[in-house]
Amino acid sequence: MLSLNNVEVIYNDVILVLKGLSLKVEQGQIAALLGTNGAGKSTTLKAISGLLHPEDGEVTDGNVEFEGVQIDKLPAEDIVRRGIFQVMEGRRVFEHLTPQENLLAGAYTARDKGGTDEALERVYGYFPRLEERGNSMAGFLSGGEQQMLAIGRALMARPKLMLLDEPSLGLAPLLVQEIFEIIQRINREEGTTILLVEQNATRALEIAHYGYIMEGGRVVLEGTPAELQDNADVKEFYLGLTQVGQRKSYRDVKHYRRRKRWLS
Amino acid sequence: MDSDVFLQLTVSGLSNGMVYALVAVGFVVIFKASDVINFAQGEFLLFGAYLAFAFIAQFGLPWSLGVLATLLTAAMIGLIVERLVLRPLIGEPVISMIMVTIGLSSLLRAVVNGIWGVRPKAFPNFIPSGEVEFLGAIVGFDRLLVIAIAAILLTVLTLFFRYTRDGIAMRAIADDQQAALSMGISIKRVLAVAWAMAAITAAVAGIMLANTVGVSHDIIFIGLRVFPVVILGGLDSVPGAIVGGGVIGLLESYTAGYTTSGLELIVPYIVLILVLMVRPYGLFGKEIIERV
Repeated sequence: MLSLNNVEVIYNDVILVLKGLSLKVEQGQIAALLGTNGAGKSTTLKAISGLLHPEDGEVTDGNVEFEGVQIDKLPAEDIVRRGIFQVMEGRRVFEHLTPQENLLAGAYTARDKGGTDEALERVYGYFPRLEERGNSMAGFLSGGEQQMLAIGRALMARPKLMLLDEPSLGLAPLLVQEIFEIIQRINREEGTTILLVEQNATRALEIAHYGYIMEGGRVVLEGTPAELQDNADVKEFYLGLTQVGQRKSYRDVKHYRRRKRWLS
Repeated sequence: MDSDVFLQLTVSGLSNGMVYALVAVGFVVIFKASDVINFAQGEFLLFGAYLAFAFIAQFGLPWSLGVLATLLTAAMIGLIVERLVLRPLIGEPVISMIMVTIGLSSLLRAVVNGIWGVRPKAFPNFIPSGEVEFLGAIVGFDRLLVIAIAAILLTVLTLFFRYTRDGIAMRAIADDQQAALSMGISIKRVLAVAWAMAAITAAVAGIMLANTVGVSHDIIFIGLRVFPVVILGGLDSVPGAIVGGGVIGLLESYTAGYTTSGLELIVPYIVLILVLMVRPYGLFGKEIIERV
């Protein structure tokens, strides 16, 4: 459905952030994109959704294809119309709008009024709490509710592919679980394909069908969640476990040696 | 205190205030859509007045067609300004956009000078000059017309911002431009609509002003008077623009009526300073939301 082929992204004409990144997302699946801070995960999502342009970023090599069409030169609004919707990192709700107005803003590209009402119903089905918050401004919602609103906004556009950038950021463990369950439901019930960027590797691999691990602007490892969970390096660096299932002591020198091999 | 004088001052203050409100509404629309403070709003007024003068007095169109042509041309100018000046700055810091409107104001003023010269012109008198007596005060038709237009605009704009797709999109853009972009909201389209709306309301106000003060550069100074109005009412509030306009108009009128020293010229700015100290987001402006 979506494929990135050797994508290179440069910010401000000088800063090389993605260095030949390739990945594929299959229709109907949840793909997880994992990696440390600064690996280029968010940049990858923005390269897909067209949000690079206002940040002076540019795809300088390779291409992004969605349903067989090259989309990396298109403006963000055209990409949304084609069915890709990015839920940005840090929720980014419209603080001075009510939850319902936020949702309507999400339906900006949807043309018919009847469809919008139906979409509202559906979002309130997933997130009844948003309906309860009625007329208060979205800026006063709790962090969890704001994340729900951000995902609800995406649902309003009925996208074929949803890009989620760290939906668990800054949320309590119980809420993280709730959000991930809903992501899984959206994937199953709406048939929405999802590309999920996460720091919380354990949780992400639980719901994903396929996973990619990024370091320094390229994919260094990929596989099914089972394969990734079995990989010694992943266990150590992302799941925080050693082979015997205990927490790793970071005094161990070997840790750094192996890490160095990854980064080169 | 003479109650007739008081009533007369109230009515003239209110109707002046509604002209301010009309100017302020255009200002508010742009601020709501983009957080940009448009320093060229006074020049938009000027353009509206001169365009009406040109269409009605110079080309001899009947006033209904002349007003229509003025509003259409004003909308076109708004669109052109957005396309050539503001659009290249989308995504840049808001302060750049604000600075560019200062440049824009000089440019527009120069264009007006270039076309029509700097001498004041007589405005074609098409607004009926009759008057009615209202509770013992005498009110001109033109004043009543201003109040009616302000009321209609307030209603239409309030509904627009609350219920229409573009209205909600405008407020969304003002809150978080990038997030708005991420949901396919066309910032270009919405900004274009905002500037066209601002230019149209300014043209309406320009025509009303030209009718009372004549077609001259003095109109720009009325444009300056909107700053106290919008600061008092709240930069992003349409009802705030109307209330702020009314309050400033009344204050000016009372100080002019009951004091002798030209104090009414500075009263609005004293209000401006006080509001900024006590309630910087104005009476109806949006508060900055901080979650702790």
